[in-house]
Amino acid sequence: MTVAPLPRKLTGWLPPLLVFLAVLALWEFWVKAAGIKGFLLPPPSDIVATLSDQWTVVWAAGFFTLREALGGLIGGSLLGILGAFATARWSLVREGVLPFSIAASSAPIVALAPITNQWFGITNPVSKMTVVAVMVFFPVMINLVRGLTDVDAGQLELMRSVAARDATTMLKVRLPNALPYLLSALKVAVVLSLIGAIVAEYFGGSRAALGVYISQQAGLTRMAEAWAGIVVATLMGAGLQLLIIGAERLLIPWHPSRRRN
Amino acid sequence: MAGFLALLAGIILLWEGYKLLGSVTGGTLPFTSTRLPIRPDDKSMPHVSQIIGTLFEPARRGGEEVLAVLLLRSAWFTFREALAGFAAGSVIGFGLGLLFVRSSLAERGLMPWVVASQTVPLLAIAPMVVLWVGQARLPIWVAVAAIAAYLSFFPVTINAVRGLRSPAPTATELFRSLAASPTQEMRKLRIPAAWPYVFTALKIAAAASVVGTIVGELPSGLPDGLGRQILTFAYYYISGPEKLYAAVLFSALLGVVFVAGVALVERLVIPRARRVPA
Amino acid sequence: MSGPMVSLRGVGKTFSAGGASTEALTGIDLEVQAGEFVSLLGPSGCGKSTLLRIIGDLLAPTTGTVKVNGKSPAQARNHRDYGMVFQQATLLDWRKVLGNVELPLEITEVPAAEKDRRARAMLDLVELAEFSDHYPWQLSGGMQQRVAIARALVLEPQLLLMDEPFGALDEMTRERMQMELMRIWEQTRKTVVFVTHSIPEAVFLSTRVVVMSPRPGSIAGIVEIDLPQPRQFETRELPAFFAKLVEVRETLRRVGGE
Repeated sequence: MTVAPLPRKLTGWLPPLLVFLAVLALWEFWVKAAGIKGFLLPPPSDIVATLSDQWTVVWAAGFFTLREALGGLIGGSLLGILGAFATARWSLVREGVLPFSIAASSAPIVALAPITNQWFGITNPVSKMTVVAVMVFFPVMINLVRGLTDVDAGQLELMRSVAARDATTMLKVRLPNALPYLLSALKVAVVLSLIGAIVAEYFGGSRAALGVYISQQAGLTRMAEAWAGIVVATLMGAGLQLLIIGAERLLIPWHPSRRRN
Repeated sequence: MAGFLALLAGIILLWEGYKLLGSVTGGTLPFTSTRLPIRPDDKSMPHVSQIIGTLFEPARRGGEEVLAVLLLRSAWFTFREALAGFAAGSVIGFGLGLLFVRSSLAERGLMPWVVASQTVPLLAIAPMVVLWVGQARLPIWVAVAAIAAYLSFFPVTINAVRGLRSPAPTATELFRSLAASPTQEMRKLRIPAAWPYVFTALKIAAAASVVGTIVGELPSGLPDGLGRQILTFAYYYISGPEKLYAAVLFSALLGVVFVAGVALVERLVIPRARRVPA
Repeated sequence: MSGPMVSLRGVGKTFSAGGASTEALTGIDLEVQAGEFVSLLGPSGCGKSTLLRIIGDLLAPTTGTVKVNGKSPAQARNHRDYGMVFQQATLLDWRKVLGNVELPLEITEVPAAEKDRRARAMLDLVELAEFSDHYPWQLSGGMQQRVAIARALVLEPQLLLMDEPFGALDEMTRERMQMELMRIWEQTRKTVVFVTHSIPEAVFLSTRVVVMSPRPGSIAGIVEIDLPQPRQFETRELPAFFAKLVEVRETLRRVGGE
């Protein structure tokens, strides 16, 4: 007897969903059965209960941190885009900036947080935005430079053969080529910005912020509250990623990575 | 190299130039009365010479150890944790990559969660990890290394899968035509093909492990790492702002040196013709 | 072994993807005797590469029976009765040339000393012995294909399957490689099934040309090539050569395959 196959969309979702539910169920069961104390690992049911209980508090903190993350994301991305154009345009800039950027992206940028706290004040969101901006700047710039310069030689020759001006080539060839690189860098940057904001808050921040909330609750061994904060952070990060994926769908439907096999 | 140094010199010039401008205009933008965004006084922005100078002074008032030595010791401590996390994360990451290539079922079920794992700010549950590790009666540095491993495994998994799947279809046909076993195909074709991709990921993982270690040290209470030094110098900022800058600088250098080390190994192991960009 | 090296009866192949199905091959009846050099010639979409892969057990036929060396294709593959050469040389670029030729010997776990001897013997055969310590990317396209041929021969199979091996090379290198292949064939007397879309190549190399037509892939006609052996460079200039080119071309045109 054969069973009609499930529609493709469903089979894509099913395995990870099943894994998730299985893990949740196991978690709940194991914690209750092994009698693990709440301060070590609260069961999912506790976390959900705490989340609905503290809904407004946690989400308010989430949005506070989200503003920091977005502020840094926008600032860092804009600077990264500007930097990429400058670097792609002038080889002199490229020789100085690119190796420096690659080296700088190896450094733990979040360690700048205490310094920006001193500059702008611990509770000032700008101190976290600055750290996030620096974190985001490098992947955006490095990837966009590659997108602007790693162009198919045949396409460039084509533009030269029709005596196209530099600006035209930029508009019609380099930019479309660079767009997928930029979007892929933004996918990384978006997640980085949220985590960067939260972790930067770890070095000290406003009480209204999510990272501070999480670390404080954890410090008080109120683990269900801390996990609730993490759930909110994860949901926000996932939401932002979906936005970028949506943007990809709109802007680069033609790209091989978006084609079905 | 020259360009790099030129940029470094440029940054130092900008720094000192900004301070000079501030001292001339009295802390405002020229010809206006708007305050400069960052106060250019020596407490907020020490001179570069002061930052370098403090390295050779005692780390603690009345103490004997020079700051540079303290920071080197701390960096070494942090490095060892990061290395442990990096090693564990890389091995786990590669193992997951092998699993996903061998079993598409495992891949479909687990890969989305591997991706999702990176959106969860595990760094935020660092205190919990510290607690768990303590409960398991393991030394606290294991918690920090575990956090570093969590950040390291992801790029290695992604690139291992890419690399293991990189051989052209004719290459797999070749192995099939030779009636090679799946293990032979894995050992003689896929794993060698994957190395360049894995090395690219190892550089990213090295940088990530340093971040994970330093942040992991914050709730851990470990007194010996760079994370602790940064916290201490931030707390006692008033008595020596240059020390914080020096500590942050050493953290940056640790990341750079670690990645450079991996890059060096890559240069030795993978000939240029085979290297893969990030 | 008596009987044909390759025997195909009523072989057909249908690919189904999504909801649609494509009939790539239908009603293929063909026998290849030992020592023959048979080309599968036709335009894209005529199923010649598919047919080659069916012989090599890299694809399974939907209908019909296939026998290779008197066995099923799967058995022939497991016994390593054939060597295969692809359009891309498909050398492993982390191995030197010698290491690439040794690959089949490693898979069959031949001991080290014998492995080395046999691999070097093959490199001598394709006249690349001085390059045994080079890496593939240091060699030209034609040389890489010669290494691929050495690799395909190192287990001394009786059958050679070649899928447009010279397709990626320029015309001059191609003609040189064709001569090389003829010389190797003279020396080793293998059975060869050779896929190509080049009429002169098929006529020059083969004892028989199997002309195929597309949609669905089937055999349009078989042309015997009785040009003098061994082939020389001058063979391409014989009137008989042109006559055979015409004959093959006409066979192709008759079924609208040109």
